[in-house]
Amino acid sequence: MPEQLDKVEVLVVGSGWAGGIVSAEMAKEGYDVVCLERGEEKSVEDYMHVKDELRFTSRHEMMQDLSSETVTSRHKRNITALPVRMQDDMNVGNDVGGGSVHWSGVTFRFLPYDFEIHTQTVDRYGEEKIPEGMTIQDWGISYEELEPYYDRFEKTAGISGEPNPLGPDRSDDYPNPPMVETPNIRLFRDAAENLGNHTYMLPAANSTTNYENPDGQNVAQCQYCAFCSAYGCDYGAKGDPIVTVLATAEETGNFELRAKSNVRRVNYDGEKATGVIYEDATTGIEYEQPADVVVLGAFTFTNTRLLLLSEIGTPYNPDTVEGVIGKNFTGHFLSKYGAVAFFNDRKFNLHMGAGALGAGFDDYAGDYIDHTDLDFLHGGEVEIRQYGDGPIDNNAVPEGTPNWGQEFKEKSLYYTNRNLRVHFQVGTLPWSFNYLDLDPTYKDQYGDPLLRVTNEYTDQDRNLMSYGVEVCREVAEEMGADIVDAEEISEEFDNTFTGGHYAGGVIMGDDPETSAVNNYLQMWDAENLFVVGASAFPHFGNYNPTGTVGALAYRAAEGIEEYLNNGGGQLVSSKNSTQKA
Amino acid sequence: MAEKNDDKQTDVNQSLSNSDETTNSSSNEGISRRTFIKNTGLVAGGVVGGGVLGGVLGNQWFAGTDTETAGEAETDGESNNFQEARMFFSRDEDFNILNAAVERIFPEDENGPGAIALGVPYFIDKQLAGSWGLNAKEYMRGPFQEGEPEQGYQSRMRRNELFIVGLRRINEVSEEQWQEKFVDIEIEQQDEVLMAFDNGDVEMKGASSALFFSLLRNVTLEGVYSDPLYGGNRNMEGWRMKEYPGAQPAYINVIEDEEFIETEPLSLRDHH
Ligand SMILES: Cc1cc2nc3c(=O)[nH]c(=O)nc-3n(C[C@H](O)[C@H](O)[C@H](O)COP(=O)(O)OP(=O)(O)OC[C@H]3O[C@@H](n4cnc5c(N)ncnc54)[C@H](O)[C@@H]3O)c2cc1C
Ligand code: SF4
Repeated sequence: MPEQLDKVEVLVVGSGWAGGIVSAEMAKEGYDVVCLERGEEKSVEDYMHVKDELRFTSRHEMMQDLSSETVTSRHKRNITALPVRMQDDMNVGNDVGGGSVHWSGVTFRFLPYDFEIHTQTVDRYGEEKIPEGMTIQDWGISYEELEPYYDRFEKTAGISGEPNPLGPDRSDDYPNPPMVETPNIRLFRDAAENLGNHTYMLPAANSTTNYENPDGQNVAQCQYCAFCSAYGCDYGAKGDPIVTVLATAEETGNFELRAKSNVRRVNYDGEKATGVIYEDATTGIEYEQPADVVVLGAFTFTNTRLLLLSEIGTPYNPDTVEGVIGKNFTGHFLSKYGAVAFFNDRKFNLHMGAGALGAGFDDYAGDYIDHTDLDFLHGGEVEIRQYGDGPIDNNAVPEGTPNWGQEFKEKSLYYTNRNLRVHFQVGTLPWSFNYLDLDPTYKDQYGDPLLRVTNEYTDQDRNLMSYGVEVCREVAEEMGADIVDAEEISEEFDNTFTGGHYAGGVIMGDDPETSAVNNYLQMWDAENLFVVGASAFPHFGNYNPTGTVGALAYRAAEGIEEYLNNGGGQLVSSKNSTQKA
Repeated sequence: MAEKNDDKQTDVNQSLSNSDETTNSSSNEGISRRTFIKNTGLVAGGVVGGGVLGGVLGNQWFAGTDTETAGEAETDGESNNFQEARMFFSRDEDFNILNAAVERIFPEDENGPGAIALGVPYFIDKQLAGSWGLNAKEYMRGPFQEGEPEQGYQSRMRRNELFIVGLRRINEVSEEQWQEKFVDIEIEQQDEVLMAFDNGDVEMKGASSALFFSLLRNVTLEGVYSDPLYGGNRNMEGWRMKEYPGAQPAYINVIEDEEFIETEPLSLRDHH
């Protein structure tokens, strides 16, 4: 029997942006907040003097330890899913601040098109444009409704950026000026503009000033130190939960963060969540923590898995396309492709950089191109980045070069600072057969079933990506490269989960038949349970997720406050409420 | 005609002692380290990190100054590499195959030292003895099933077991094909053997030869280019070849330069 604890008002699972924002907002409003985080307690001090590529990039120091838990995965419906065993193939945040600390910091907004994708597709192309099995649906919220929350998140995190010539309307500028334009970024922008595109510096959580956010927290000025993506920032210059929202929550005096607390179940009485069961990973003691409101902010995989393990909501069934928990799993798995430009007589300072330093253009994003005669929907964002390359990671050689031996050594040394990569980040659309459920065989450290991912590429994905690679190749050639290698797209999903862009499983919408949460991320099946994160995305737009995760978290916090102030109830009346009842 | 490579690879110890003179003596706190701390003051001393301070201090940094002497310390002082002993490999024969193989993957040439001179075999030995070799942070629960190639590593073997199996298999293939041990065949012949592993053409117990080879290839590059604290990248020569400046604290003042900036590398030892 778990040890019983005293009830708290708001119980949050996970301390990344999703959990951190909700924690800060509720604590500021005076509610008692407890946040349970499975990993270690961390502070900026932990990230000093660890500019160590082997430890962080190659050995994934900050990522989930798979010996206790992973996912199983398959790239075809009719084969056995097998565990993703290696950390090289699975990068998910694990300690205080989660993936929101080791992220790169590119902070986008999705397009108005994304939120109304079904309606707009039917309006523009007719119902028949949507292929059989593609389960795109509207999000139950419009861009205009979400815009103020995007603005709040950008101000909290201290985003540096410049206006995107093709971007949607904004109520305000970015709080910080854009990052520096380096010679290679300039080369990319000039080439892209020559081809008629509209470039901008990527919106970045690497702060370009010593910035004070609206909560009074400081984000220092980014030093372009290059140890950024997959690392914590030793300067406190990357907008992350540790230097912002968790510090804000802490200062209220209403907040308690319990690290090494692994949540195993949400207790549910058929109508409401009554609390959670968690294990103190240090002592092995199990606790039951009751709460008025439970918030899951434990990332796509855990959010979905906890609901399935706790039997809350109807599990999705791919055969009948009924049920919702596990539905519409998507990820940016194809976004790793693009074109590499090799230069024989120019060198760039590629070892310098920052996680979100780069430029891009949106001329092929969303529905900006006319899809009438194309064999895919959605689009992609084209970009170049200057992360600050490490020598283990950066060994690009022109196609046809062996990948070891004397010739490899020669060419990899020569091209180390002479290769620039342009890539295409694709919108990823959901299919009835791509979903999450519990694995029938494989178990975690406690003997609970692992989450199973079924994710099959379709022609939609391959066609869109080939189109994007072609765009990248054109830009790379315009940049004056001596050799341009367009990357070959793999036919099948390779069951790797690197980069942190996975969504769905607990999707939002305006109809309980087809969505799990409403537009406050409140569960239709449990009014005091809010599930926050990219798990709520009904599909993946062609941008990095976290801007939208942050915006939705602010939206959820507002909903929770309303819920607590108004004595409960559903905050949104469902489209199908009669059916539901 | 292939060059016989006996002198370099059949006698690893010989090769290693030859490179002693350029070897890092890490216990010697050389002048560069003191200079480094003095010149870079607060940052190296460990004050930076909180909020506003970072931005101000960052401006004191200028990659390319204050650190020119950092490399010198590596060569002054006595040879003192007590860490060049083995933690994992018990048989000389296994370790000698490893030496020969990594030198083919990253050979010495006019660009600079190869894997052996950079200490890569000792680096790999330490990696295999530690959490990476033991798959400590990987999911290693059964049932184990082969799966499709897209499903990645499904072996029940830990990396250090896989390395022993793989290295001994290299010798077997060499003997089958050339009637000589791997360390005794010519380098072109060694390349052929390794190529067969890389292509997945060799039958191997418990895992594909391609998987083993890709681990071997990657860990070799890691040994060439990781911070010297792990025992490879000896004297930061891997970094110098790659014109990589190591663990610099900041580039804010130089990142917009048109020219490529050459900077003497800094290791993590210089940060503490
Ligand atoms: C290398 C890398 C680079 C990235 N770069 C970008 C980028 O540039 N731009 C962008 O938009 N996105 C980026 N991402 C994605 C980004 O990290 C995520 O979108 C974001 O962090 C999600 O925030 P979150 O709060 O939902 O999850 P997280 O920040 O991961 O927080 C979830 C927390 O829940 C905890 N948790 C999980 N399960 C349990 C449990 N059972 N009990 C208790 N606690 C639990 C985890 O330990 C974690 O701390 C990147 C990801 C990676 C891996
Ligand atoms: S690049 Fe900037 S934000 Fe990233 S870790 Fe370095 S100083 Fe911090």
